[in-house]
Amino acid sequence: MIFDWGFALEILPALLRAGLVTLQCTVVGMSLALVLGLAWALMRRSPRRILAWPATWIVEFVRSTPLLVQVYFLFYVLPEFGLSWSPFVTGALGLGLHYSAYTAEVYRAGIDNVPSGQWEAARALNLGWMETWRSVILPQAVPPMVPALGNYLVGMFKETPILAAITVQELLQTAKLIGAESFRYLEPLTLVGLLFLLVSLTSAQLIGWLESRTAEAAS
Amino acid sequence: MPPPLDLLPSLLTGLLVTLQITAGGAVVALAASFLAGLGRLSGRRAVRGISRLYVDVFRGTSALVQLFWAFFALPLLGIRLEAVTAGILVLGLNLGSYGSEIVRSAIRNVSRSQYDAARALNLNRRQTLWRIILPQAALRMIPPFGNLFIELLKGTALVSLISLADLTFQGQTLRTSTLRSGEIFALILVLYFLLAQVIARGMRFLESRLAAGRDSGGAA
Repeated sequence: MIFDWGFALEILPALLRAGLVTLQCTVVGMSLALVLGLAWALMRRSPRRILAWPATWIVEFVRSTPLLVQVYFLFYVLPEFGLSWSPFVTGALGLGLHYSAYTAEVYRAGIDNVPSGQWEAARALNLGWMETWRSVILPQAVPPMVPALGNYLVGMFKETPILAAITVQELLQTAKLIGAESFRYLEPLTLVGLLFLLVSLTSAQLIGWLESRTAEAAS
Repeated sequence: MPPPLDLLPSLLTGLLVTLQITAGGAVVALAASFLAGLGRLSGRRAVRGISRLYVDVFRGTSALVQLFWAFFALPLLGIRLEAVTAGILVLGLNLGSYGSEIVRSAIRNVSRSQYDAARALNLNRRQTLWRIILPQAALRMIPPFGNLFIELLKGTALVSLISLADLTFQGQTLRTSTLRSGEIFALILVLYFLLAQVIARGMRFLESRLAAGRDSGGAA
């Protein structure tokens, strides 16, 4: 069997629509990961062990277990607590939770990289807590975080096919359905691979450009 | 055994498959990492180009899409792979594409003066690579390879979706027969977590063994 271009063209619109779902999962998931990760990072910095200790373990646990199993857990266990959300919501929640463990590390590294002299200087200038973060720490901590967060955004995008396992109608799930209906898996799966490749390579270029810009700004 | 530990025996056969895929995938990933990592530093353009193509394709598409492609689409081109083979090959090649970057950057970070010193001692290219550069680069590769190893372990859960009876797959089977979803998936998550801890400890041990008797590799 060889690649049928006519068939590929025929199924392309359906796949592009599914690509939109993939993008939505990624956007919702990443927004969640950015917020949750910040919560973990701040808890870990807390001098109170009752805050720092759970955050450390949550990050470690979430990072070293498979996203697929975490998604299954949410998908089958949440309804037992009366939380019957759609596969899309559950899936995005799973992505967000999983990647929050990674964004937490990015935040932590970014904040730790601000030299302690900066904190001391802010203190010597008698700046308040808010002012210290807003005008001294964050402007130095955030720019180096951007490329790292960008890499995780692309990473999350590439892991969205896992949500096919809980029937989210994203790219891979749609390709599987087309394949099952037409008995032709080659075209839909190849197209899905090409779509991922296109987006990843473009974003890799973009992140490389961002990295060189932040490196320039720092020097 | 008290619940939820009574579920363990049914999960153990799956755990064995997970270990098997992880071990097989690690061998493929390590080989691919070095081949492509060295390939990208090769003097020959063709070798550099092929290595680059491999890395871009496997890093740029999704692991699960690759797995489905190998299992469902490849047979239509006349290449039929067993699920185990497809799982080991795809996961190994996927993680290998990330690993090649580790190899490449570790080699490039070995100080220039080490090459000059090797040259001064009249070592040829092969001797320089194997005796001078790689032993120093290898030490720096261990922590990132440790992380990659854990990513591989996590990635093996994907093979359950091409009907390979690994830990995750056994969990699903058990769920349909017992309906104790919470206990089952919590137990599986803990098992993966413990395996990851074993890998992390092992890699740290390996690092301390390799680092013994060496200085910090010119960082001072």
